[in-house]
Amino acid sequence: MFVRGLKRKCFDGEEDIEGTLAGIKAIPSYNLQRQSLLDMSLVKLQLCHMLVEPNLCRSVLIANTVRQIQEEMTQDGTWQMINTQSTGQASLDRLVSTDILCRSSREQAEGKHVPGYSTFNKDFEGDQGQDSLETMSTASSVQAPRNLQSNVWEMENPQENKGNFQKSLDQIFETLENKSPNSVEDLFSEVDNSYYDLDTMLTGMMSNTKMGHCDGLETFSSPTTATSSSNCKSDLNELDHIVEILVES
Amino acid sequence: LAGFGNLMQDVLWCFSQVKGTIDVGVTEADIISTVEFNHTGELLATGDKGGRVVIFQREQESKHQPHRRGEYNVYSTFQSHEPEFDYLKSLEIEEKINKIRWLPQQNAAYFLLSTNDKTVKLWKVSERDKRPEGYNLKDEDGRLRDPSMITMLRVPVLRPMDLMVEATPRRVFANAHTYHINSISVNSDYETYMSADDLRINLWNFEITNQSFNIVDIKPANMEELTEVITAAEFHPHHCNTFVYSSSKGTIRLCDMRTSALCDHHAKFFEEPEDPSNRSFFSEIISSISDVKFSHSGRYIMTRDYLTVKVWDLNMENRPIETYQVHDYLRSKLCSLYENDCIFDKFECVWNGSDSVIMTGSYNNFFRMFDRNTKRDVTLEASRENSKPRAILKPRKVCVGGKRRKDEISVDSLDFSKKILHTAWHPSENIIAVAATNNLYIFQDKVN
Repeated sequence: MFVRGLKRKCFDGEEDIEGTLAGIKAIPSYNLQRQSLLDMSLVKLQLCHMLVEPNLCRSVLIANTVRQIQEEMTQDGTWQMINTQSTGQASLDRLVSTDILCRSSREQAEGKHVPGYSTFNKDFEGDQGQDSLETMSTASSVQAPRNLQSNVWEMENPQENKGNFQKSLDQIFETLENKSPNSVEDLFSEVDNSYYDLDTMLTGMMSNTKMGHCDGLETFSSPTTATSSSNCKSDLNELDHIVEILVES
Repeated sequence: LAGFGNLMQDVLWCFSQVKGTIDVGVTEADIISTVEFNHTGELLATGDKGGRVVIFQREQESKHQPHRRGEYNVYSTFQSHEPEFDYLKSLEIEEKINKIRWLPQQNAAYFLLSTNDKTVKLWKVSERDKRPEGYNLKDEDGRLRDPSMITMLRVPVLRPMDLMVEATPRRVFANAHTYHINSISVNSDYETYMSADDLRINLWNFEITNQSFNIVDIKPANMEELTEVITAAEFHPHHCNTFVYSSSKGTIRLCDMRTSALCDHHAKFFEEPEDPSNRSFFSEIISSISDVKFSHSGRYIMTRDYLTVKVWDLNMENRPIETYQVHDYLRSKLCSLYENDCIFDKFECVWNGSDSVIMTGSYNNFFRMFDRNTKRDVTLEASRENSKPRAILKPRKVCVGGKRRKDEISVDSLDFSKKILHTAWHPSENIIAVAATNNLYIFQDKVN
């Protein structure tokens, strides 16, 4: 379990419940914890591109965390194992474990109700009615900042033209799992080179912001054009969209 | 000056004022996003998410009310930035004011820089208390008079009027940042300033708005290789050629603009070696520096990362000389804080006027002060309950485990939506301004 004899830093709450039988049952295995963290991070990256303009620092830190987990899993040999699993229901199960990961065992023991992660409730409840996803709502809440994200996400919905969050979540898992172990690098490598040109143009631009100056960017695919493409292209556009927002804030 | 530079035990902090509404539902636009005293402490500016700037002025101390040491009242309010839309990316540009920095006062008017994610503006705030009367070509209402009706000439005179404070945008520095501006810093030469975004730092001359010099660029040729961003930057308070910038990997680089035009190579590199016993998947995230500030003396820099505040000596790059734990009880909660995004909160930190005490915010509307000399620290709370005039603030304590004492609060009861990200300390007195969401608290030390 602990490779190279290095003691791993515990995830939440382990030191609190040492010696308690109920506590021991609640401690997820290290691999499960790590997998849940990976899933959570991927969800966050997915959500990144739904914001008005994603915070680049946050995206970079999350991406680095994903890379770190991937590297470790590759060394452990567990990354190959994940690739062979089927998508869909399996990915949902891994999401469930996020709740186990982040809820302290003391709360579990006391049956204490932690105020809901309200916007996640809003997004999932109506669409899904899936118990497994609703358990995410019991993690500790931050109400005020989340409202902004939720509102923006709802704004983005028409643009995304996907119908529901669950479908896009499956898509991202499917897309990532079908790739090689270096999927995060592949994610970044999908960047269209025309972005660099855009960047050069923007920094060199003076006060004039007329569209007429941007002839060279006609081939540039913006998020809004993705909605006009047919369903068969949705996966590719999804990936492009993620990458585009991730690396070019 | 009473209480200035004294040991912590001599300083008792009292509530002085609170600005902002008491409404339970907070309008997003009213959330304060930056707080800054000017160089004399006479003015206190706040910026909010709605793009507004509110400037408070300290009233003259009155003989009649000696116990009320100069209250701050609204001096000027103006809309600094408006929301914009970037048509190329189909993204909104927020009007939120990220930073305000004052220029030193050189004449009767006050000047400040305010910035949102993309555009920096120079504002002139000036008073008008006289107006000219007795024009020849205009009548009292301003209407033009018929020249043929004018039979005599008179000299217009200045007559007193009610004080009017005007804010006018004198310069707009736009279109120089692809990424989000996180810092602005006025140079000690008072002719230039810098603006820093996630990947680049630009140097501006106050007089020139259509050009800036790029002095730092950490954007990789291949964006796939991007693993680090700039998080904060500041000029040295006395050496106009020196500045520092911090990164998301917990490092600080000190650069000298005399060495080359593009300061990609640092003169000094500050990084603390990682503690292997504390390593986790969150290590990098919590090491990301959210704020960097030079001491007033220019000898030290202070950095804030998620759990600590560190003081570095400019002459020692391999580790900080002091490390203060802000809220170490959160170390076991990092996963939850990662899930709800609190781990990405950017707390600022400030020095007091004599560089002897440092202050930073935390959750539950708590803020912390550390006395560098006595090594004592205190946790105080900005709340309406403690808002009786001149009421002494009671130190707060977070209970980590085991038995909770009567006045303590347990970690699980902390309100993570009430975060103190922005604070300011008067340049020479023990007066502090603490931004708690949409409220601005002003605390002063107790007058004996």
